[in-house]
Amino acid sequence: MDLACTEEEEAFRARLRSWLAEVLPELPPPPAATDWPGRRARDAAWQRMLHDAGYAGLHWPADAGGQGATPTQHLIFLEETERAGAPYVGANFVGLLHAGPTIAAEGTAAQRARWLPPILRGEEIWCQGFSEPDAGSDLAALRTRAVRDGDDYVVTGSKIWTSHAEVADWCELLVRTDPEAPRHRGISWLAMPMDAPGVTVRPLRTLAGSAEFAELFLDEVRIPVGNRVGAEDDGWRVTMVTLSFERGTAFVGEVVACRRLLAELARTARADGRWDDPVLRRRLGRLNAEFAALWRLTQWNVSEAQGSGGVPGAGGSVFKLRYSHARQELYDAAAEVLGGRALDADHPWVADRLSALAYTIAAGTSQIQRNIVAERILGLPKGR
Amino acid sequence: MDFQLTADQRALRDGTRELLAGRFDRDRLRAAVDAPALDRGLWRELADAGFFALRLPEEDGGVGLGLPEAVLVFEEAGRALLPGPLVAGQLLAGAMDGVATGERIVALCDGAADPVLWEHPADCDALIFLDGDAPAHAARAHRSAPADVARAPFASVDPLTPLARVTGPACTVPQPGLDVPRLRREAALLTAAQQLGSAARTVETAVAHARQRTQFGAPIGSFQAVKHLCAGMLVRAELARAAVYAAAVTEDALDVVGAKLLADEAAVRNARDCLQVHGGMGFTWEADVHLHLKRAWLRAERWGGAREAEERLADALVR
Ligand SMILES: Cc1cc2nc3c(=O)[nH]c(=O)nc-3n(C[C@H](O)[C@H](O)[C@H](O)COP(=O)(O)OP(=O)(O)OC[C@H]3O[C@@H](n4cnc5c(N)ncnc54)[C@H](O)[C@@H]3O)c2cc1C
Repeated sequence: MDLACTEEEEAFRARLRSWLAEVLPELPPPPAATDWPGRRARDAAWQRMLHDAGYAGLHWPADAGGQGATPTQHLIFLEETERAGAPYVGANFVGLLHAGPTIAAEGTAAQRARWLPPILRGEEIWCQGFSEPDAGSDLAALRTRAVRDGDDYVVTGSKIWTSHAEVADWCELLVRTDPEAPRHRGISWLAMPMDAPGVTVRPLRTLAGSAEFAELFLDEVRIPVGNRVGAEDDGWRVTMVTLSFERGTAFVGEVVACRRLLAELARTARADGRWDDPVLRRRLGRLNAEFAALWRLTQWNVSEAQGSGGVPGAGGSVFKLRYSHARQELYDAAAEVLGGRALDADHPWVADRLSALAYTIAAGTSQIQRNIVAERILGLPKGR
Repeated sequence: MDFQLTADQRALRDGTRELLAGRFDRDRLRAAVDAPALDRGLWRELADAGFFALRLPEEDGGVGLGLPEAVLVFEEAGRALLPGPLVAGQLLAGAMDGVATGERIVALCDGAADPVLWEHPADCDALIFLDGDAPAHAARAHRSAPADVARAPFASVDPLTPLARVTGPACTVPQPGLDVPRLRREAALLTAAQQLGSAARTVETAVAHARQRTQFGAPIGSFQAVKHLCAGMLVRAELARAAVYAAAVTEDALDVVGAKLLADEAAVRNARDCLQVHGGMGFTWEADVHLHLKRAWLRAERWGGAREAEERLADALVR
């Protein structure tokens, strides 16, 4: 039981830290939240810089073009980039954190060669077309149909809450290939080019006012059979691989960001004279313990994954549950520090407070995570 | 970074669990509830197994292990609801004769607490009192013979932990050679470890009950409302575990304060949720749930309560 990094890991940290100090000033400032092309361009530029410096796909296996780094190195990477104020994955989220790893794990050699390098170079952006209007938590209820016609699937249906759809080049798409099979059996995982005829993207406005995600309408979209990752009708299993990556380490860097914000809240409260309020002080003090412990829990989970071949376990659900609620509490505390200014939607803390409302819903709601913890970790009987 | 238990640590944990299951099973637990005088035979057996001498160097007859190992052992003590001034025994084993071997039982009293409470007053051979009003760096320890300590009766909420309230200065003999801030820090950590053990135990108890109790023709554990209570309990226990283990590794004062805060929350709230899962059965004296809750309340007030912890953690944000 130790928390020390090896010499090699510390050397990696030092190298990364000095590289970040050198290159970050060259990165153009972030564009406005509503400027999608601008955001894509910046995220792509950052990914390209990472690629050229040998940091792209750090935790991907080497034979998929990644660096084959240990989970600890990945943790160090997330910690250091967050500390340095570097951009997070942004529009590259789906490509780097789940479509890519899924293709690396389940794709053919040709598929890996086609799709992985452009993700690592920041040239192609992916989005996730899983959810449908009537298939959110109950993902296996999805109805989007794919009918085989020669070498193509002809796909008809719709998807919703597709993040980054407006700027994406590819979509990891779940479709039903066998409507007669039991729900979980007749699903396939396809890579769909977003510029294919028949694809319509309609931006959806979020409660934060921005168009963070979109609806997709698919009208007889032809997708080559060769774009299917994994066997036909075996898409559910492939999807479970995808989701284990999504919940694995995707939020780690943000814990560091939360700790930074917490210190900023305390300093602001002290400057404003609010620090005399013991209720506020105690609230921030408790959050301090909370985020410190969440960081320790991450270290625990990551070092456990390291011992078991790098696959993130159900511990990810334990982390996600507590983190998503703690993060919302953090922004509630920020609103208390702001007082009346918490009504100013342009204040960055207020904008983030609104965005944080998604944390208990996206990537599996808290209720679904609790089901997972209760059934898969605690072994309680299946629900009714 | 290998933040997992080593094979030796797992063996120590399993061995301690087995030892306690054998020597302090449910019958002995319930016997202790009815007659809370400490079992000196058991105390010696614990000592023989290295419970108190765990961190003493081998040349002094100890086991030569560290704080993480002590935390694992105390987690097991917390699971089993083992009574007695265990923390004092572990922390004073090297400082006073007969403590490491279990021949003498000493209590450790925190003068900064309000009220100043003394655990198991009828069973102690000596009392070590830590100065309350002195600033941390000037704090001192004093030793008293139990008969010399002015006290008032105090009806303890925990049937397994008799208490007295110390009413006068208990400073008959200075006890030099003790690092008081360190004693306080380690006492808080070992108390947190017991809270963690209790929190983990109540998750298991709740889950076992939820699988076996049926209502409406189904195990209650298949009802989502019950399932979600259990999931919440596990999340609390696991977060506390990460914090307590990390504090044992870093020995950092603030890490300990945060770990104690989260372990207190996990133990108290898990015991309450466990009681809820047990329904009316949980409200009876026969179920052990109330013993976990009452001890968790008691420990949460020892070596720094929530108010003090939150204030210290807040202060750290602006320093
Ligand atoms: C910001 C954001 C980004 C997203 N990005 C994407 C994306 O890029 N791609 C994509 O495919 N999807 C995306 N989603 C969709 C997301 O995965 C779903 O919203 C989520 O899984 C919940 O599904 P739902 O919205 O249909 O809610 P519902 O499933 O209708 O749930 C509504 C309520 O009922 C509860 N509930 C449902 N079933 C159960 C149950 N069995 N037990 C207990 N309670 C239950 C839920 O917890 C919730 O409180 C995104 C969502 C958000 C908010």
